[in-house]
Amino acid sequence: MPGKVRFRDTQIEMAHGAGGKASRRLVEGLFAPLLFESPSEPLNDAALLSMNGTQIAITADSFVVNPLRFPGGSIGELAVNGTVNDLAVSGAQAEALVVTYILEAGLPSDVLESEVRAMAKAATTAGVAIVGGDTKVVEHGKADRMYITTAGIGRTIPGVKLSARSARPGDKVLLSGPIGDHGITILLARGDLELEATLCSDTRSVLPLVKALIQAAGAGIRWMRDPTRGGVATSLNELARDCGLSVLVNEERVPIRDTVRGACELLGLDPLHIANEGQFLAVVAAEHAEAGLAALHATPGGEKAVIIGEIREQPAGTVIGATGYGGTRVIDMLVGDPLPRIC
Amino acid sequence: MKFTDEFREPEVIARTAEEIRRLADPSRHYRLMEVCGGHTHAIYRFGLKDLLPENIELVHGPGCPVCVLPMGRIDDGLSIAADTGVIFAAFGDMMRVPGTHGSPLEHKARGADVRIVYSPADALKLARANPDRHVMFFAIGFETTAPSTALTLMRAKAEGIRNFSVFCNHVTIIPAIRAILDSPDMRIDAFIGPGHVSTVIGCRPYEWIARNEGKPIVVSGFEPVDVLQSIVMILQQMKQGEAKVENQYKRVVPWEGNKAALRAMAEVFELRPYFEWRGMGFISQSALRLRESYATFDAERRFNVPGIRVTDPKAAQCGEVLKGVLKPAQCKLFGKECTPEQPVGALMVSSEGSCAAYFNYEHRKSMVFTNIGVAV
Amino acid sequence: MCLAIPGQIVSVVDGLSHSAMVEVVGVRRRVDISLVEPEGIAPGDWVLIHVGFAMSKIREEEAFDQLRMLTVLGEAEAASLEASGYFEEESP
Repeated sequence: MPGKVRFRDTQIEMAHGAGGKASRRLVEGLFAPLLFESPSEPLNDAALLSMNGTQIAITADSFVVNPLRFPGGSIGELAVNGTVNDLAVSGAQAEALVVTYILEAGLPSDVLESEVRAMAKAATTAGVAIVGGDTKVVEHGKADRMYITTAGIGRTIPGVKLSARSARPGDKVLLSGPIGDHGITILLARGDLELEATLCSDTRSVLPLVKALIQAAGAGIRWMRDPTRGGVATSLNELARDCGLSVLVNEERVPIRDTVRGACELLGLDPLHIANEGQFLAVVAAEHAEAGLAALHATPGGEKAVIIGEIREQPAGTVIGATGYGGTRVIDMLVGDPLPRIC
Repeated sequence: MKFTDEFREPEVIARTAEEIRRLADPSRHYRLMEVCGGHTHAIYRFGLKDLLPENIELVHGPGCPVCVLPMGRIDDGLSIAADTGVIFAAFGDMMRVPGTHGSPLEHKARGADVRIVYSPADALKLARANPDRHVMFFAIGFETTAPSTALTLMRAKAEGIRNFSVFCNHVTIIPAIRAILDSPDMRIDAFIGPGHVSTVIGCRPYEWIARNEGKPIVVSGFEPVDVLQSIVMILQQMKQGEAKVENQYKRVVPWEGNKAALRAMAEVFELRPYFEWRGMGFISQSALRLRESYATFDAERRFNVPGIRVTDPKAAQCGEVLKGVLKPAQCKLFGKECTPEQPVGALMVSSEGSCAAYFNYEHRKSMVFTNIGVAV
Repeated sequence: MCLAIPGQIVSVVDGLSHSAMVEVVGVRRRVDISLVEPEGIAPGDWVLIHVGFAMSKIREEEAFDQLRMLTVLGEAEAASLEASGYFEEESP
């Protein structure tokens, strides 16, 4: 189980928002002890509450992506799908979202309108209603054109009870599809690295896939997560730490598009650390795993789902990558965002 | 991926590993040094140590240009970045390396204009796009990277660009290898030679290692099959009692090196009489600086840099780890005061620093060997 | 040091730019080819790319030779195993 984390950093850095070790230090060392009632409980994508006997899930997420528009989507879609997905992997169906906009003075109205339209469309596709929100405008230069925060609420889906601590050695790790599409698309869209490729973000609601998985294998699902910032490596490390067991990943099984692979090789990046916006991981008891996988394959968008690994006893709290030829390495979280390297 | 995937084929890897086991004399203990940080990274990333018999020990060498950079040089570069008219451009590798007052990214968080570039040519592009600012490129790297900096400077000169300079920390590999061999605490049997440096300098510069020091050196590629095959070639030499320079990376490394690259380097750079290497002290003729003819592009001449020598904390044993005398885990600060999150030395920051590689890829793995019967 | 990746020349940019478009599994980037131009560069050639510069032309025959040699290694081993098998069969 995680030891006491202290937050001693003297200033906030970009790394604190990257989803890796620095983020964890901030959340577990500063926010959790001061804000949460039971700070030593594993932190999940959504909080589960009981209100008058009904199980409700609630979550919030913010989106500060640059550029606002990129192949495959925009900040608007990310805002809707991101929150729907956080609820989905917590075993809940999103019912309603509220949205806050922080807008930079000088932002062209047609840019804003495009994003609002994109959000409306994404909400309809995802089957969730946007029911309210708030807007603030800040001076020019004080926000990167537009920041969006969404908070979502939903009812838990019957038939599934999720807890990292329920994972057992022998459980399988499922991944819904190819990794790295979103993060690499954003990197290329920024233009600093002068790379061109035909690639788009994978942003989508994973709720239909999650529902199919729950229907086929609900009793055996232990844990789910959507590997956004920090990638699959971060999510699996959180799992390993929260359940006190080991996660073994068969690296040659992890699906990745050629283009994503090419960009990662060129820049010296590890695809396991790259953000995804339309995928999820699930730990499923061995006896239910095949049925779960088959259900994903039979659902539109789940054709490329794969069992990428399994839970082991040792080494505790660690994620291990096995190459296809007998070599192993530890797959760790990064401190901050992955940086291109030349060495 | 062509020219990559074929050299990661599980069957070929298995066969080459088998050949290593067949050749390794069980009564001998082999200490092989991979000079280049890129090889250190490859060894850990591909889990190659798991494929070697117990009596073959891989010792990590000082070929990590980020790791050997003394903190004072980073401070000097960042002092220039403090000027608001300056854009500090560097490779991603440099961004988290700690200076006395923080890393480049920490300086960026405090308002300095720090940019990551993939190529020195991109830094020059920044200069063209920002005529009212000055772009300073913080150059690092061995001979693999120096020609690219040189060509960029030649282009800048030809175009008459006035708002571009280079802070040059290019170092050369041969003096580093010489320092290893001269070190009294070293006992290396053979070298896995730096494959990409050799595309520039060729294989001749290593001949003295075989001839004068009697050590085999095999210039190696970076894929699993390359590294393993190089070990096979080393073992074959040692079995025959031979010591020679061999080129395993023939598909890319020309024996004579790249004349155009060497010419560009000679045009722009000259050797510094001496240069400080972190943890290894001053080594003569081991680093490059810009020639007089390129003085206007030399950041050290255009700007006033403090030039203060910063010594590493006494407890940090970066030098000994760099030379392979100590394994990363043997440094007193490893995993405690010095982690990737709070690095004390560059070896814990650089993706190919042995401490970072060991911490990220190896540490905590001890229980795993017996369990790998993967059938998922 | 030194991350360098094989890429294939897609097109050579004309003029004084000494550059070419290179592709690495669907990802394209402009690279400087000054260091490999003396050997002659044409679309379809493979080069090793480091920090946006082509460092060396990749010699396909050398790559094939190397892989062939490693295959032969395996075959030789398999052959010797087979031979020792025959030996055992012949002993009384």
